[in-house]
Amino acid sequence: MRIKRVLSLLVLGLMGLLVWLPLGMIVFGSFFGKQEILESFGGVLASGGGMAVWHILPQYPTLQPYVSLLFDSPGFFVMFWNSMKQVVPSIIGQLLIALPAAWSFARFRFRGKRFLFYLYIILMIMPFQVTMVSSYLVLDYLSLLDSHLAIILPNVFATFPVFILVKFFEAIPMALVEAARIDGAGEGTIFFKIGLPNAAAGIVSVITLEFIEYWNALEQPLTFLKTKALWPLSLYLPEISVSELSVSFVASVIMLTPACLIFLFGQQYLEEGIVASGIKQ
Amino acid sequence: MKSKLFRREEAKAYVFLMPSLLGVGIFILIPFCDAVRRSVLNAMGKSFVGVQNYLTVMQNEAFLLAAKNTLRFTGVCIPLLLVLSLMLSLLVYGEKRYGSFFKTTFLLPMAIPVAAVVLLWKIIFHKNGLLNSFLLFFDVVPTEWMNSKYAFHVLVFSYLWKNIGYDMILWLAGLSTIPGSLYEAAALDGAGRVQKFCYITLPMLLPTAFVISVLSLVNSFKVFREAYLIAGNYPDKSIYMIQHLFNNWFVNLEVHKMCAAAVIFAAAITSLVVVLGHLMRREEGANED
Repeated sequence: MRIKRVLSLLVLGLMGLLVWLPLGMIVFGSFFGKQEILESFGGVLASGGGMAVWHILPQYPTLQPYVSLLFDSPGFFVMFWNSMKQVVPSIIGQLLIALPAAWSFARFRFRGKRFLFYLYIILMIMPFQVTMVSSYLVLDYLSLLDSHLAIILPNVFATFPVFILVKFFEAIPMALVEAARIDGAGEGTIFFKIGLPNAAAGIVSVITLEFIEYWNALEQPLTFLKTKALWPLSLYLPEISVSELSVSFVASVIMLTPACLIFLFGQQYLEEGIVASGIKQ
Repeated sequence: MKSKLFRREEAKAYVFLMPSLLGVGIFILIPFCDAVRRSVLNAMGKSFVGVQNYLTVMQNEAFLLAAKNTLRFTGVCIPLLLVLSLMLSLLVYGEKRYGSFFKTTFLLPMAIPVAAVVLLWKIIFHKNGLLNSFLLFFDVVPTEWMNSKYAFHVLVFSYLWKNIGYDMILWLAGLSTIPGSLYEAAALDGAGRVQKFCYITLPMLLPTAFVISVLSLVNSFKVFREAYLIAGNYPDKSIYMIQHLFNNWFVNLEVHKMCAAAVIFAAAITSLVVVLGHLMRREEGANED
């Protein structure tokens, strides 16, 4: 038994290293000075140099990369706020639309329900590329292209959160709803007083999953935003030239932080959300 | 009897559903119908050309390459991901003390920005990169990982690395629904570890497996981000995916081709979902008997 346990911990530990090592490299890499970057990765940055080496800890740790990103790159802040302006309204709007829709699917019988729910699942699976042309055409028609709304509006009507929230609403015991109905509560009251509080975990898990998704958005801004001044952080990072490696690491750390915080606080809900996304039909 | 009460319920249902339905209609369904219409018109969008665009797309070399690569990628990745994440979830499930630590660990890659991952990959998989430095200890000749056929393997690795935690959580949820009494009964009958796994664990996890396959498919489309950031619009042939094709057509404003390809893609996914849904329902029916 003992040997088995050690073996299983060993395998898990090795697999874990595949996660912790890259994460550590990003964090420690953000403290590398220019000179050390050149010494370590000269061969990667310019052809003809030597092989790359990585000292686990920076030899001459410096905050210089942080200074140059935070104080000398005004573009960075613009893009950080662009990200916020696109991600936060997307998620709020999504909840406003998806919550009542999910309530409807979970609580009422109506004609076309099965068909519509199937349709929502299929739309959830469609990769962005399939709807790319049609989204572009409609955004063009509404003259929304090249604005924050071009990113936000299509996100708001994503069907994935509806799918997740239905599972959480379905878990609410019907007796609770019936009791309220007998007490004379209207549908609105039931939705707000019973539905929403009991789906709190679902709401948090939607926020967690969708934040991670939209914070990393690449395809949508690339397709719908021409003006670089509107670009989110996820497009800024790949634009930093490789020679500014440590600055890219700092930008990565800053980009990673909100996602990781949301993730650590919401992990339990994130897990519940993932499980809900997997409950069979 | 049904009619009056049912109609009232139905009216309420549609009130709650309406905002979402309107948005989905305006932003997805109506534009998609427009795409279908354009797919049978010529490049100027003026005259009807029937299935001409579809034929052009189907005979297009880039389309065939992209379709082949996308199929190959999903064909390799999804079975690999299913098996590896199942093994991982069994290990984590058996690990009572540090289980939750490892759960967090394997979920973390989800939160790491794609751009940061790609940056690291560049340092690691470059010809003068860390992987080659490491392999040099064993006298392995340095390889160009990114701009060769190995790019495909790097992409597979990235996909597995990113998605294994998500699937592990799904497997764990499936595992936790298997009643312990089943294993006890089997142990009384003298079943060994392997037998228990083959005759209890695997069959009980079958419904979970269907769902995980569908969700892994959804996530496999997102690998475009990695593929794009690793190598731009014209990557090595082995990772030229459907997504690159759409992007390049988009840049060249070949709207009619894109519309036809989008319709083909949408039809393929819809039929896949319908078939999987059918299989799932049959499986459930079999379980209930």
